[in-house]
Amino acid sequence: MISSLLAASNMSSKLTLIAPEILLFVGSVVVAVLGLARSTAIRRAVPTVTALFLLGSIGVTAYVYRTDAVETSNLLLPQLGGFVKALIAVIGILLVMIAGPAIDRRLEEAFDSGGAAFDPIRVMRGEYFAFFLLSLAGTMLIANANDLIWLFLAIELSSLPTYVMVAVSRGSRRAQEAAVKYFYLGALSAATFLYGFALLYGASGTLDLAEMRMVFANMPELPTLAILGGVMAILGIAFKLAAVPMHFYAPDVYEGAGSQTTAFLGFMPKIAGAVALMVLLGVFWTPATDASGAATAVLPNAILATLWMIAVLTMVLGNIGALLQRNVKRMLAYSSIAQSGYLLIGIVTGPGAGYNSILFYLIGYGVMNTAVFAVLGSLERQGEEVETLDDLSGLRQRQPALAWMLALSAIGLIGIPPLIGFFGKLALFAAAIDHGQTALVIIAAVTTAVSAFYYLQLVAVPMLGSPTARTDAVHAVPSSWPRVAAVVCGVGVLVMPLAIERLVTASAATEVPTTQSIEAAAGAVETDAVDAAVLDPAAGSTGAKIAAR
Amino acid sequence: MLPALTYLLLLVPIAAAAAVSLAPSRTAKWIATFGSLAAFVVSLAFAWSFPGWSDGSMHPAEAGISIMPSLGISLTMGTDSVGLMLILLTTFLMPLAMIGSFTAVTEREKEYYGWFMLLEAAMVGVFLAKDAIMFYTAYEFTLVPMFFLISIFGGKDRRPASIKFFLYTFLGSVLTLSGIIYIAANYANAHGGQWTFDLAALANHCSTAMDRTTQYWVFILLMAGFAVKVPLFPVHTWLPLAHDQAPTAGSVILAGTLLKLGTYGVYRIALPTAPVGGVELDQFFAILCVIAIVNTALICWVQKDAKKLIAYSSVSHLGFCMLGLFALNPLGATGSVMYMTNHGLSTGELFLCIGMIYERYNTKNMDELGGLFKKMPVWSFFMVLFTFASLGLPGLNGFVGEFLCLMGCFIAEPGASNYPGLLGPWWALIAGSGLILAAMYLLIMLGKLVWGPLREPHGDGHGDAHGHGGAQDHGGSHATHGSTLPRDLSAREIGILVPLAIVCLAIGFYPKPMLEAITPSAEKVLAGYPALVTEYAANGSLLPATAAGSPEVAIADVVTATEPTSRTNEVNQTR
Repeated sequence: MISSLLAASNMSSKLTLIAPEILLFVGSVVVAVLGLARSTAIRRAVPTVTALFLLGSIGVTAYVYRTDAVETSNLLLPQLGGFVKALIAVIGILLVMIAGPAIDRRLEEAFDSGGAAFDPIRVMRGEYFAFFLLSLAGTMLIANANDLIWLFLAIELSSLPTYVMVAVSRGSRRAQEAAVKYFYLGALSAATFLYGFALLYGASGTLDLAEMRMVFANMPELPTLAILGGVMAILGIAFKLAAVPMHFYAPDVYEGAGSQTTAFLGFMPKIAGAVALMVLLGVFWTPATDASGAATAVLPNAILATLWMIAVLTMVLGNIGALLQRNVKRMLAYSSIAQSGYLLIGIVTGPGAGYNSILFYLIGYGVMNTAVFAVLGSLERQGEEVETLDDLSGLRQRQPALAWMLALSAIGLIGIPPLIGFFGKLALFAAAIDHGQTALVIIAAVTTAVSAFYYLQLVAVPMLGSPTARTDAVHAVPSSWPRVAAVVCGVGVLVMPLAIERLVTASAATEVPTTQSIEAAAGAVETDAVDAAVLDPAAGSTGAKIAAR
Repeated sequence: MLPALTYLLLLVPIAAAAAVSLAPSRTAKWIATFGSLAAFVVSLAFAWSFPGWSDGSMHPAEAGISIMPSLGISLTMGTDSVGLMLILLTTFLMPLAMIGSFTAVTEREKEYYGWFMLLEAAMVGVFLAKDAIMFYTAYEFTLVPMFFLISIFGGKDRRPASIKFFLYTFLGSVLTLSGIIYIAANYANAHGGQWTFDLAALANHCSTAMDRTTQYWVFILLMAGFAVKVPLFPVHTWLPLAHDQAPTAGSVILAGTLLKLGTYGVYRIALPTAPVGGVELDQFFAILCVIAIVNTALICWVQKDAKKLIAYSSVSHLGFCMLGLFALNPLGATGSVMYMTNHGLSTGELFLCIGMIYERYNTKNMDELGGLFKKMPVWSFFMVLFTFASLGLPGLNGFVGEFLCLMGCFIAEPGASNYPGLLGPWWALIAGSGLILAAMYLLIMLGKLVWGPLREPHGDGHGDAHGHGGAQDHGGSHATHGSTLPRDLSAREIGILVPLAIVCLAIGFYPKPMLEAITPSAEKVLAGYPALVTEYAANGSLLPATAAGSPEVAIADVVTATEPTSRTNEVNQTR
């Protein structure tokens, strides 16, 4: 419906493709207002409404990405958005199931029992879910970025709400400390990649990514300015991924935030960072042929070396750091750093097989990560969050279903076949080896073996340990939604391999750039001159210059 | 018929596992027993209708269910005479191990029997796999049941033992996976992007179309996982701990079948896939085998714990098994496969015997036990029989494989007419000293446990009338069940040991059908070797001059090969 309304407009393709995000923007406003309602029932409905808007955005995505708007867009990776938006919305719904009952729980209980009068200043649920939807919309927008300004704004839109979400995620000082830390370092990273973007603009004379790619492709050698800009942008985005050397915040922030928000941080910034890198690096990948004559793409050596080193350091330091933790959330923070390292293998491998394998990997990772945090979110100890391994000891005897789900997802995260995690790694490794990154895969294989040690703790402690005096105080939270999310994710880990080829096909959303596709995308900028002129008066003339060359 | 049976072989244990998990706890052991017996019957039917006994061919030949067409992964099942023999070994041992656990395991029975059934499915899956990813899936999945079995039902150090077992094996096998993916990617590059993980296609591609330096490195990657599983000398340290801590049935299956996954991997994947690596590293691995044989035999000599002794003896025995493979001739390889089956039988038996003692006395320490012949003549009879089988007494099953392995090693000289090799009489001589050592430590064990004055753990009144055995709980996870067991073996226990004894004798007296079934398969596996060995013997190396014998140079080669070529060059090519 939205697309038909927009069809008349000359900005149709751009706006059509962001219909899911527009829906989420509307949703965030609705949710923010509902959250302030005096009626308990309406406030209670906030997570449900959030989930419904996410469900709606899945439907809109599925509809919009079947139209020919995709073909006529000037995006570097036109199909990318369809998959990414659907995945974000699906995982988003699972995250809402974990976060829904947790936010404002104490306050609502106090309202119910008459211990406190309703006070719109103190309720947070509406704000939390409004920001939640805004962040998801920002993350989705990254996939549609066609120029640097858009990319910057989308990344910031996905980041800024998370600072607030961390702060309000639980009524603890540590959450606020984590939020402040996250905010300042986030601002630093934003400055870093903005500086990088500026250098890229300086090197190419355009903000439009398709044009920039054309400009770079026509240069006999890339200017240092462009390389430097690329490296700085990568470092800035590495913050989102929590990749070395921008990973220092992750353990503290993960630990400080409430489990529901940590679950969010474990997935959404990862997909945001990975997609941002895919979109941004699109300007550097140049078509080439490999030894056997097949079409492939190459990166400038300096950029490749940067990514390569970040990937190796991230895998190694993330996994070693996780070995040393007793706090489950800190351990998972380091493990998520390590997972970013694996994602970077796909980035190094490139558009086509490499990017697709990341997208496929993210399906499994998103479900397993959510399952682990859903289990943590289902438990509490004397009203506090369950955080250490000691709290989980002997969980099997009290909460067998949760213990099994935790074990299942931890085994999946190790990458043991036939669970979904194994197929993610398999696709990633296969793509990387196919593109000559054997050394990277071997490092990844060895660090995966290291990761088995700490993931096994998540299996061994709940399944084999015995309850202690400390764990006697551990109980399930009253709401069953987090448990439902845990079971859904756990079953997903087990069942998804049955539909493996469907998932692979769905995640095959990027293609190797060819000379024709580069020219076609840059040409689409020309025909889309109206909005190009609105956004950037210089764009039209640069495009003309390229065409004349 | 045959394809249906392959699916049944996998599905019967899985169905049994599902049934165990759903049914009440007290029925678990019966479901597992009948499930594993059903699997044994299916495997017998499979063996009966198997057409490839005499020519080493793979059956059934049909393609399986495609799982992931984009990467060419499919559930394709089929095996040859060697794999089938190991399937029979697995399905034969499993019911015995299950029945042997009736009194040893009384808590968390659902998990115990359920995991065993899944383990059986995984092991059968390895021997049935014709697709590398299916092979790897089943191979790797065995870790999960074994991890739980050791860590829930093991001795007092069960947690570290299970984690060490898991990590060691996992590290090795992810490297193997990288090797497999490397070959598949190389295949895809050479076939216009058409991926496949079909083992035969990959082996054919790697051994014929890949350059020699690459084959050399692929072989190392493949061997990384299999060597840990076997286990070969420097990476064997997980095994004694795992065996020591595992419950009896766990040890039986671990020694009987799980270790064979490693040797089978070498036989089925590593050797035929990367023959250049196999030849180039032949002597290196043979040295590791000889060290394993002699070194661990000496370690066995000083063991006080009977179960650890047998665990270490496994390392020593599998050294023979691997040495037979690295003789690179059908004689050695046939011996090796014989050894795989027979080691599975004889070591499994010994673990069962020791487990029966442990159930009664709660100790495996040979200083505290002795002269048991006086109290347990029936047990002693089986113990002596199986020890002799294990040390390779002619007429029993162990002898045939051991003799053929050494024989294969003996004749594996560069000048041999038919199948030249790189070992020879000296290698066989040194390895043969392991036989003498094996006889020594096993007989010492027998001498302590069976003969001599009766020694029982301090304060043990077990066996006196209906006395409640005062056996101390040495920290094991199980309570003492001594009181429910008779002094000597019960009918159930004898029922477990008799079939094993019969099979031992039968194979020992008439190994010919087995040998005839194995040899054609071994000839196929080693088909590419004679030419390469001759070349190696003439030139001293198979690798191109730059990389010859110098790993540093070879590493540099690999690194440059993986480094991206200059951007501008590549771009100019396309423009």
